[in-house]
Formats: sequence, C-alpha cells, structure tokens
Amino acid sequence: MSSLHDRAELNSFWLIVFTLITVSIGGIVQMVPLFFLESTIEKVAGMRPYTPLELMGRNIYIREGCYLCHSQQVRPFRDEAERYGHYSLAAESMYDHPFQWGSKRTGPDLARVGLRYSDDWHVAHLVNPRAVVPESVMPGYGFLARQPLDYHDAAEHLRANRAVGVPYTDDMIKNAVADVLAQTRPDGETKDQFLGRYPKAQVRKFNAGEAREVTEMDALVAYLQMLGTLVDFSTYQSTKSLR
Amino acid sequence: MNAATAAAGNGRDIGYDESVVKACVIAAMVWGVAGMAAGLLIALQLAWPVLNLDLPWTTFGRVRPVHTSGVIFAFGGNVLLGTSFYVVQRTCRVRLFGGPLGWIVFWGYQAFLVMAATGYLFGVTQGKEYAEPEWYVDLWLTVVWVLYAVTFFGTLAIRKEPHIYVANWFYASFIITIALLHIVNNLTVPVSFLGAKSYVAWAGVQDAMTQWWYGHNAVGFFLTAGFLGMMYYFVPKQADRPVYSYRLSVVHFWSLIFLYIWAGPHHLHYTALPDWAQTLGMTFSVMLWMPSWGGMINGIMTLSGAWEKLRTDPVLRIMVVAVAFYGMSTFEGPVMSIKAVNALSHYTDWTVGHVHSGALGWVGFISFGCIYYLVPKLWKRQRLYSIKLVDVHLWTATIGIVLYITAMWISGILQGLMWRAYDKLGFLQYSFVETVEAMHPFYVIRAMGGGLYVIGALIMCWNLWNTAQGRIREEGAILGAPAATPARA
Repeated sequence: MSSLHDRAELNSFWLIVFTLITVSIGGIVQMVPLFFLESTIEKVAGMRPYTPLELMGRNIYIREGCYLCHSQQVRPFRDEAERYGHYSLAAESMYDHPFQWGSKRTGPDLARVGLRYSDDWHVAHLVNPRAVVPESVMPGYGFLARQPLDYHDAAEHLRANRAVGVPYTDDMIKNAVADVLAQTRPDGETKDQFLGRYPKAQVRKFNAGEAREVTEMDALVAYLQMLGTLVDFSTYQSTKSLR
Repeated sequence: MNAATAAAGNGRDIGYDESVVKACVIAAMVWGVAGMAAGLLIALQLAWPVLNLDLPWTTFGRVRPVHTSGVIFAFGGNVLLGTSFYVVQRTCRVRLFGGPLGWIVFWGYQAFLVMAATGYLFGVTQGKEYAEPEWYVDLWLTVVWVLYAVTFFGTLAIRKEPHIYVANWFYASFIITIALLHIVNNLTVPVSFLGAKSYVAWAGVQDAMTQWWYGHNAVGFFLTAGFLGMMYYFVPKQADRPVYSYRLSVVHFWSLIFLYIWAGPHHLHYTALPDWAQTLGMTFSVMLWMPSWGGMINGIMTLSGAWEKLRTDPVLRIMVVAVAFYGMSTFEGPVMSIKAVNALSHYTDWTVGHVHSGALGWVGFISFGCIYYLVPKLWKRQRLYSIKLVDVHLWTATIGIVLYITAMWISGILQGLMWRAYDKLGFLQYSFVETVEAMHPFYVIRAMGGGLYVIGALIMCWNLWNTAQGRIREEGAILGAPAATPARA
C-alpha cells in the first residue's frame, strides 16, 4: 500500500493513471448498462418523434429555461398520480435530446400537461401568467406571440436528430418545412400526409390571435399540448416492465 | 508532510509567476460579485415576479444560468485557476511550466465565460443544468482545459520537491475528472456549423444518467476536490501548523474520488431511471459521508495547538467556518440522498438551500479566506488594509447564509408536505398554486440573506482594493491580539 502510494506521490504519471482509473469505475458501472439492458426502456405503443413544429416549440422551451422551474417527470406516488397522472415512463422521453426531466418544481410538473387546458388558456397564461393565475411567479412571455417562428432550417434540425438516433425518415426530413405549416392549417391540403407521418398530431392554429403567420407562441403551445399524450396507457402493462 | 511549509520563504530566487495569479484573483472578485448579483436578481424575481420585466433577456429562465455559471465556473473557476497556479509553483519549488501558457489559459478561460454568459442571455443553451454552453463554447473550453492540464502537470513534472504535495493530488483529480465529465456529457451534433444549436448525443433516461453523473461530479470535483486542494495548502499556511494527518489525507483522497462518481443517480430518485441505478446512487451517496468528514476533520484538526488563533485571526476564522459548512452540507447531502427523504425534498427549495449551504458556506468562504491570504502576498503589502473588515465580512455573510438556508429548509419541507397533504375526504388538500403562494415570505427572507452575502463580498472588494493600493487602516486589536499584526511573509 505504502509503496503503491509512493508511486503516485513521486511520479505524476502514475498519479494521473491511478486517478483516471479510480474515477472511471462508477460511471462505467452506472451508465454503460443503460444502453444495453432491454428493460431500461419499456415497450409501449404510441411513441413517435416530435413533429417539426413541436420540435421547434421544444427548442423554445429549452431556450427560455422552462426546465429550471418545471419538471417533466411524474413520480410513482399517490399524490402525484392524482395531481399529474400516470407516473412517467422511460419510453416517453426516448426521443428527447436533451431530456427535460428537470430538478425543481417552482411551477407544476408538465409531463402530462397536454390537452389539460385550452390553447387560449396557454396563450393568455404565457402572455401574462397573473391574469390567469394571480398567485403565479412565472415571467410573462408576451414576446413569443410577436416573434415569427424561424423554421427555414427545420430539415437540418430533423437531420441532426436523426444523427443522434431519432428515427426521422427521409420523407419527414424532406417535408419538414412544409409540415410546420401543415400542422397549423386544419383545412390545408397536406393535412392527411402530415398525419400519416406523425400519427395523433394535433392540427390547428395554436395561437389564435391576430397574427396570421406562425409565431413562436404557436410552436411552444403545440409542444405543451402534446406533452404526455402519445403513449397509449390502455395497452400498457406495468408488470411487464419491472426494472 | 511539510512540503508547503518547507517551500515557503525561499521563493525569491525561483521567480514564481505571480502576475497570472493576481489576474485570477481580480477576475474571481469581479465575476463573483456579478454572479452573486445575478443570483440576488433571480431571488427577487421569485418574490416579486414583476422584476422579470417580461423582456426576453431579463427573465428568470435566462438569468438563472448566468447566476449558476457566474458563481461556479467564473468565480469558483478563477479561484481554482489562481490558487492552483500559486500552490503548484510553491509546493514544487519551480516557476510555472510553459512560459506564457498560464496567461493563455487565463484569457482563454475568460473568453469561455464571456461566450457562455452572453449566450445564455440571448437564449443560446443546451438545456442541461450546469452544462448550458452550446457546442462551440464547449469545444473552446476543451482546448483551454487541455492547456490548463499541460501547465499544471508540466509544473508537477519539472518539480524540485521529490513528493507531490497533497493539495496537488486534489487539483490533479479535479483537472482530470472535469475533462472527462465535460467531454462525455457534452457530446453533441450541431444543426449547422454556422449556427449555435446542437442536439446532445444522449436521449431520455441515458441522457438523464449522463447529465447527473456530470452534474453531481461538477459538485464533487469542481466545487469539492479543487477546493479541498485549497484547504490543504492555505489552512496549514494561515494556521502555521502542519496538516493534521497524512494517513487520513491519503485515505480520504482516494475514497472521496472513488465514491463521489457513483452518487449522481440520487438526483433521479423515483424517476424512470432503473431502480438498480437509483439504489446504487443512494448507497454510495451515504457512504460518501465518511470521506467527506475525513476531509473536514483533517482541515479542522490542523488547528490543533493553534486554536487560540481563531480568536484573533478573522481570516483563519473564515477558513474554519468554511470547513464547518463543508461538514454540515456533506452530512445533509447523504441524508437527502436517502430515497424516503428525497421523496419529500426533491423538486423543492430544500435542494436549493442544501446547494447554497455548500456553495456560500464552503466554496465561498474557503475562497474568501484564501484570497484574503493571497492579496497581501501578491501585492507585496505588509497586511490587509483592515483586519476588522474581514470580521465584518464574515459576520455579514454568515448571517446571510443562515437566513438563506433556514428559509429554504422551511419553504422546502413546507411545500413538500403541502403537495402530499390530503383532507378528511381523501382529496388533495392544496392546489399547486396555493403551495406557490405559501413560499412568498420565505422567498423574501432568502433574498435578504442573499443580499447580505453580496454586501459582504462588496466589503471584501473594498478591503482588497485598499490593500492593493498599499493603504493600512489604523485599527485597534481584535480581542487582545497585538494591533495590526503583520502578515507572515
């Protein structure tokens, strides 16, 4: 022991080697199996990659640091089940680069906020939270409703996601820009093709205000409205995914 | 074991590079005040949300990373750069390796900080806590970090002392492990080489595990190992005593760096992370209590035979209070990592309070102590401008911390209990927003505590500025000590 330690103390090369070995073990044991154990991510029906509009909305969610006050991870407790819904599954964030589980609930969990409130409620709440919830401490995000969405490079975003493992098809990438518009036009001609690519996607003008063009508000609300709506829990068997 | 003591005094002929250390000290104080002020702003925003101003670049979500990166990577990082350059030269008895390399590292690191902080305000972020900088900033930092490692390990390689002093083990593990964490956690694919946005390589549960492996060890190696290195040099110097136990330093060093790396999953209790990983994380977090207290005991017991100095030397007092806070928060951490406790504490302000008892009490105070030690030496002054102002700083900041952490304990436990409270009929007793409303008084108290801490830092800046100018304040003795004790050379 002492001679081994002399080696580390007398030679900086061995100090580096011993340190590197010592600090690598824990990370290897905890992280590597998660990529190989099949039980890590449950087999569920309904998961699909984000639509281009949802992905843009998610990027706004990240840009504004929403994850610093809102978690997206319901824990398996009675009170959380009643407040938020079914506990979160690993499968539900399998296409999330990065994950947005969060670490703080200054505001409520958002993992299943989709379709709980109307679009108008979300827009009004985002523009002025205290107009809707007087006790809220959330900042106002009125600028989102005035800012046109920049989606000219939507295809590049999908391509980058495919490079890290999200199963976007060539068809999805080719139509990425058009699909942003398709999702906001319920009477558009390409609606059916769009829904073929993204089953269960919600198609409407999410920000029904005066703005005719697609705004950042449309994208963010589209993202919020789909959170937690994909997995079909009627076919999900929790006993089959013991971890 | 007395390498540090032995190396002192005969540095004149070696010609230590102290100019870059001076620059790091100045940068640390400037960034420190800015980062703490950003923290105060977001604390006030939580109490009075109108202060968000509803402009894109002033909202909580964009300023919060400015605060966390500002105090951790800008303040803490500059303290680590400066002290490691100072300590490695003196304990190796050679000039810093690589000529201008130290300065290149310094300016490269400041450029990293400016790119990161301005990016946050304009909404450029990866969306991973404490790893917000986007891919191009990450690449830049990787280059700077490699140069830093070359400077540090190059100096170790050309040392004139046979043994590598214990402080340098801690600095070495900090430099190596941060490099490892930074690279793995930040592997991304950019959308375009001309744009800021990228998508991280990992997804969902694997990304969560990687992120908190990174996040918890940013605490473990950036905010703990590096600062323990400072403790191992500056506490013995200021107390003029050797380190309490060599054997304890060996045991606690290797056990600390081995165990810390396992603790990440305690940030993911009851999530979709597999239970086996959560259990491992909890078990190792509880075990981590032991080496943490090994370090605390080694630091505090270094004062054996010199306890009376605590009455007369406020700089030593700040260092010892720092080590005491280290002991407290490294006890609280393992408690919170127990799943049953975490079920209550997670997602609440208790976590925020825990972080700040470590950050303000341990990291902040040990940094202040070391800077108070360094400035008279670096600027070749007889002593600090005012010893009494050090004491004023200590008390202002300590009261600030106590207000901060008690407010967060109460608000955290209160909110955790309100979330799970049921009424007689079996319904949830409180809506979410009622629990938000209940936080208001504690957010006000927390902001007051943070405000006191900022005021303390400004007092320190004033004291250091005057010291650098060569002024000495005439003042009476502290509790019977000889007035105006000259700093030991």
